[in-house]
Amino acid sequence: MSNWIMAPILIPALAAMMLLLEVRERHWLRRVTGLTATLALVPVSILLFRQAATGDIQVYSLGDWPAPFGIVLVLDQLSALMVLLTSVLAVPALLYASHGDDRLGPNFHSLFQMQLMGINGAFLTGDLFNLFVFFEVLLIASYGLALHGRGPARVRAGLHYVVLNLIGSAVFLLALSLIYGATGTLNMADFAARAAELEGPALTLVKVAGLLLCVVFGLKAALFPLYFWLPATYASATAGVAALFAVMTKVGIYALLRVHGLAFSDGALAGLGDMALWTVSLLTLGLATVGVFGARRLGELVAYLVVMSVGTLVAALAWGTEEAISGALFYLLHSTLICAGLFLLADLVSRGRGDAGDTLMAGPRPPAAGLLGALFFIGAVAVAGLPPLSGFLGKVMLLRAVPAPAYWALLLAGGLLAVVGLSRAGSTLFWRAGEPMAGTVLNKGRLAAAVLLLAMAPAMVLLGGPLSAITQSVAAQWAQPDLYIHAVLGYPGGAQ
Amino acid sequence: MEALVAIIIAVLVGSGVYLVLRARTFPVILGLTLLSYGANLFVFISGRLKLDQVAVVGQSADPTDPLPQALVLTAIVIGFAMTAFLVVLALRAQGELGSDHVDGQRDELYGEQQNKGSR
Repeated sequence: MSNWIMAPILIPALAAMMLLLEVRERHWLRRVTGLTATLALVPVSILLFRQAATGDIQVYSLGDWPAPFGIVLVLDQLSALMVLLTSVLAVPALLYASHGDDRLGPNFHSLFQMQLMGINGAFLTGDLFNLFVFFEVLLIASYGLALHGRGPARVRAGLHYVVLNLIGSAVFLLALSLIYGATGTLNMADFAARAAELEGPALTLVKVAGLLLCVVFGLKAALFPLYFWLPATYASATAGVAALFAVMTKVGIYALLRVHGLAFSDGALAGLGDMALWTVSLLTLGLATVGVFGARRLGELVAYLVVMSVGTLVAALAWGTEEAISGALFYLLHSTLICAGLFLLADLVSRGRGDAGDTLMAGPRPPAAGLLGALFFIGAVAVAGLPPLSGFLGKVMLLRAVPAPAYWALLLAGGLLAVVGLSRAGSTLFWRAGEPMAGTVLNKGRLAAAVLLLAMAPAMVLLGGPLSAITQSVAAQWAQPDLYIHAVLGYPGGAQ
Repeated sequence: MEALVAIIIAVLVGSGVYLVLRARTFPVILGLTLLSYGANLFVFISGRLKLDQVAVVGQSADPTDPLPQALVLTAIVIGFAMTAFLVVLALRAQGELGSDHVDGQRDELYGEQQNKGSR
């Protein structure tokens, strides 16, 4: 058992504490500390991923209490992949924010590290109540980050976001206590093993709890009808924060995948909520397409693209075959990174347009319009799923794995309408623009951060073979919950 | 006993949901507080109701389950912090938006809409 599994939680936690020490007027020190801690997460998560890729599932018992009694952290390939994605995303997001946005209010860097700690913790924990605690850690940090900087729009969106998530937390608690009351455990592996053999009233209670969990994770993931908070919150947050938030919806999807794969795959709870998730995700996909088409601001448009990716992913999850999950994971990596890059790009464009901001109306030409336009083109092609970039590969994998007419129709029509919406946005912003405003220059550091994220689109195509091999092996391990249960409990499910 | 606790939780959650659906931030915060009280009480009884029993094995013949007590303590602390944050946020929204309506609508506008509704 290696101790490295703690590092993705401990590094941001320590950095956040250090950043709380008062260093007035020394922003460079905070930036260096924050960036160092975030950069340090990359090699650590690569190391963890290489350890997980061997196929072993590592279990770390906190306080050395054995599995069903104490809290465990579990590192399997799915967790390792998500931690790696988070660290790869966090570096450009923080780099972008470190060029000025972090000075809009106090404690930005500390909150950012807390957010990373919560996200990594949620990916690594093997205990349902601990998942609740890490959700709260990442949520309270995200409240601070979403409200970072001033402005009425941010406060209004923030209020809705906080109230909704507090209701979500109450529902999460109800679900957890139902599970504890009926099965006597909150350890995910133990719960899965016991849930398979439930019957009678206890089974009904656990089914209710399982569906409540789907509601909570659906709220985090922004599924219909619980996605209305997302476009306002993400579009009004500062760009670096919005980029990091691109992975927050994926925390909800990860939690769905984890609980679904462990407890709802076979046994007494097999297929629980599949039909509901399928319907709801297709509705999400369809409505988000309308949102992309009707958005009046670039930030809002990108936020609806995030919702679209959520619908696409959860539908594949509800379909539930190993191949569908593999395609979904590839698409998840792609959509997180590209949507984050587009959030940064939207902010770069809006900074060069003065009062016009990122509204989709003719205004001044942004500085270096050719370069930004080319980047927007790459991002749009990738996110809409046109060949030859990463979105195309992801969509092909998904379409091959999920041969359902409704899914094909919505995904293809969604892609088409996204192309129309994005080209309308691009031509308005870059072609129908007037003279550039005097005195606006493009910040090289910000540009570098956006380029770094958007460069993932061609990179994911070049590395398409190895990447899809990785997602296939992750999905294969996900499809065998017995491996996970055995690794955590030390015996293959059921009674000892 | 069980019926009494069940009714208490139902009343707390029911009033909480009603208040959360109100249009002003103050009732919404009160509603969230009641909702989290209901949820916390629910966590507390998930280890079954027992009277006059300690939560230590060996000290009584039929000890109560200590785990839900630990869980509810965590949940209370988290819920308390979140509520405090929400109160501050609601105050700031009042300051920045000039209204305590949850959508930040101006009072005049909101009043007009209400008048229309009542007519």
